[in-house]
Order: sequence, then C-alpha cells, then structure tokens
Amino acid sequence: MTDQEITKAVLSALAGVAPELDEATLEFDNSFRDQLDIDSMDFLNYVIALHEALGIDIPESDYASVGSIDGAVAYLSTKLKATAKS
Amino acid sequence: MAEFRMPSLGADMEAGTLVEWLKKPGDRIVRGDIIAVVETQKGAIEIEVFQSGTLETLLATPGQKVAVGFPMAFIRGDGERDVTLPAVPTPPQAWPTPQAAPPSVTPHAAVPPPHLGAIRASPAARKRAAELGVELQNVGGTGAGGAITLADIEKAAAALPSPGEGMRQAIGAAMARSKREIPHYYLAHTADLEPALRWLEAENAKRPPPERVLYGVLLLKAVARALRDYPEFNGFWINGRFQPSASIHLGVAISIGKSGLVAPAIHDADGLALPQLMAALRDLVARARKGGLRSSELTDPTITVTSLGERSVESVFPVIYPPQVAIAGFGMVVERPWVVESAVVPRRVLSCSLAGDHRVSDGHRGARFLAAVARLLQEPQGL
Repeated sequence: MTDQEITKAVLSALAGVAPELDEATLEFDNSFRDQLDIDSMDFLNYVIALHEALGIDIPESDYASVGSIDGAVAYLSTKLKATAKS
Repeated sequence: MAEFRMPSLGADMEAGTLVEWLKKPGDRIVRGDIIAVVETQKGAIEIEVFQSGTLETLLATPGQKVAVGFPMAFIRGDGERDVTLPAVPTPPQAWPTPQAAPPSVTPHAAVPPPHLGAIRASPAARKRAAELGVELQNVGGTGAGGAITLADIEKAAAALPSPGEGMRQAIGAAMARSKREIPHYYLAHTADLEPALRWLEAENAKRPPPERVLYGVLLLKAVARALRDYPEFNGFWINGRFQPSASIHLGVAISIGKSGLVAPAIHDADGLALPQLMAALRDLVARARKGGLRSSELTDPTITVTSLGERSVESVFPVIYPPQVAIAGFGMVVERPWVVESAVVPRRVLSCSLAGDHRVSDGHRGARFLAAVARLLQEPQGL
C-alpha cells in the first residue's frame, strides 16, 4: 500500500467523525484534535475506522502517534510493512 | 379513544414541527413504538407512544408546526370499540390560553386558523413556504393587493433562526429558569484517578478498538451506582415537591459542535455492565449529533452528568437542568504531585463536582454522595 493510499484511508476515517473536514485547510503536520475539536469518542471511532479499513490494531499507548495526518501515515506505513514481512 | 399529543421534550420546548409519520391509520401500535419524527430545537426527535392500540386518525400533517399538548392523532385503545369520530374533535375553546403557545404556532392540526383563507399567495409561493418552514400568516406581502410573492417567502426564510440559534435559545431558556428557580449549592472534590485509569488501560490493551471502553464510562457508572444510596439526587421537582425516581436514568451532556448541547438519557444506567454502558454511550452520542434521539431519552433523565473530557480545563460548576434536582460534573484528568503513603508521587487526578438543589438536599448529603462517587472510582473492577 502506497503512502498516498494510506493518506486517503486516514482522511476517510477522519471524515467519518468530522464531516466538516476540509482537506485544503487542515494542517497535516499538526494534531487534528484541536483543529477539528475531536473528543475521545470521536477519536476512538476514528481508530476503529482505521482498524476496519487497514486491519491495523492501534493500541491506546500509540494514540498520540496517529493524532495528525502525517503522523498517522508514517505510523501505519511502518505497521503495514511489518505485517507484510511477518 | 386517546389523543396522541405533541409531547414536551424539555422545560424549554413550546412547539415542534412534524417531519413525518412512521405509522399509518389502521396500524397496530405498541407502547414504546416510534410513530413520528418531530423537528425541535434539539434536532429531529423520534416520538414514542405511551399507549398500545390501533392508530385511528392522523390530525397533523408533515411540515406542520404543532404546539406542545395539542393532539396530533387519535389512538383506539385495546378493547375499545370502533366509534365514529366527531368532525372537529377538540373545540377551540378547549385550547390552552394564547400565552401558552407562541403566535406563530398553528394551534390545531385539523382546524386551520380562521384567517388563513384571507392570505393571498401564489401556489408557487405557498409551495416554497412549506419547503422552507415559513408560515404565511407571518409574511408581509409586497405583490399586487398585498399578495405574498416568492421573493417575500425567500426574505422571510432568511430571517428565521438557524437550527443552531434555536438550540442556543432553548438552552438559554432552560438555564435561565434553573438559575431563577433552583437554589443551587456547589461542591467539589479531587479524586485520585490513577487506579481506575491503570486498570482500564490494562483492560483496553487486551481488546481490539471496537471493544474498548472510555474512562468517561467509569464516571457514569460510579455516579449511577452511588445514586442507589442517595435517592435525594435522583428525580424531579414537580408542583412544589420532590418526586424521587425508582429508576436511575443518567442524562449525559453531549456537545453538538458550536450549536450547543443535549443531555439525553441512558436508561437504567446503574444496572448496565461497563461494555453495555459504553455501547449505550456510543449509540447516544452518534444519534445526538446525527439525529434520531427518542422522545423518552429527552424526557426521562433523572440526573445529568457532564464530563469536560480531554483538551479542556480542570473543573466545572454545572447548572441543574430542571425539573431535575442535581447535576454531577467532571473536569479534565490532570497529572499532579500527590501524596501517597507519605511520599509525593505523580498521579492523574480528576475534579468531581456536584450542583444540588437546596429545596431537596443539603451540602452535607451532597458531600457524602460525591465522596461515594470518588470511592467507587478507587475500585474500578467493582463497577
């Protein structure tokens, strides 16, 4: 899976909990939680959506790594490569 | 024959607009069935019936604004014989006094206001008015002979309050009433949340994302369980006296973006295991934001819980939602130096607060109740 495809999956998961998401104004390198006012229920639903789309189980201790678009793409890319190797 | 009336879905509601009927005349209905969807200041609400029988006649039509307490349909109860209805079921004299209903409200589904025939408007203008929720009697016509034009309708629609403004007005009305009528007292206590959070983190680590539980659910459960021993915080102030509730229906304050908030009920929360309570909360939050709350969820809360959550502030001093008599509040979890067994250690702590109604309880009992909530949080595995 390319980074472009992962980015699409991350944005799609996020749009599911933040329908007002505007890709043009969202800062990919900053936490989207403040930008989109994402609460803990929204964030859990975003993690569930990523789990369903990509089959990656993100533990709570890694939540901080997936709180920005760039962070989530880097994290998931690494996880997907590790899964493919094993 | 029973009348199905526009329910009051909160201290602040004056009227609702029928969006659609989900049952048709002749349908068998059972107590608790959803028979209609009504647009209110809290969004589109699914309306349940409180009686079993057969839906006989629909009085209100979709798009119509109906005042609280006015009949919307007739239901023939089980065992009742089929009877012929009078043409006009409720005489106008029997309607509530005018000040009970705002002037823009159509008083009765079956009977158009007497002056409606005098309004001149083109079919196109009437159609557009219905689409936009504009009531013709409120529109000044600028066309020939004072007729209402399409442009008049568009202008009137632009002046209507947006859904967000409506919700803000509803919250303002309910909170103004609360602060006017309820003699609040406030208590706060900081609880060590470290044991509960560690326990929950260990539990969640064993589970895939869909089965994880948020710590907010522990707070809800602790409040619900503590209420079993402190019934004076669970119920309603109605007609000058306190009516305790045998059931514990937790109202959960849910933020709806910038528009405001709603606090619908999780029914019988004290009897739900944590995963069930989490599922109920997830479902409630989704419906509060996307529509589909049920009428009983708005009318049944016996107490409200508000939790500020992450990216917030330490404490909240909440305002009671009438006719309830208490509200529990939780601030943001913060890490602080804390003394544990004579040593200062970093701990994650939580400010717990309570607003109580002095007509029903005092600070002494409130303090005992709040301390019980904090104590329950020290042993999360027991929740």
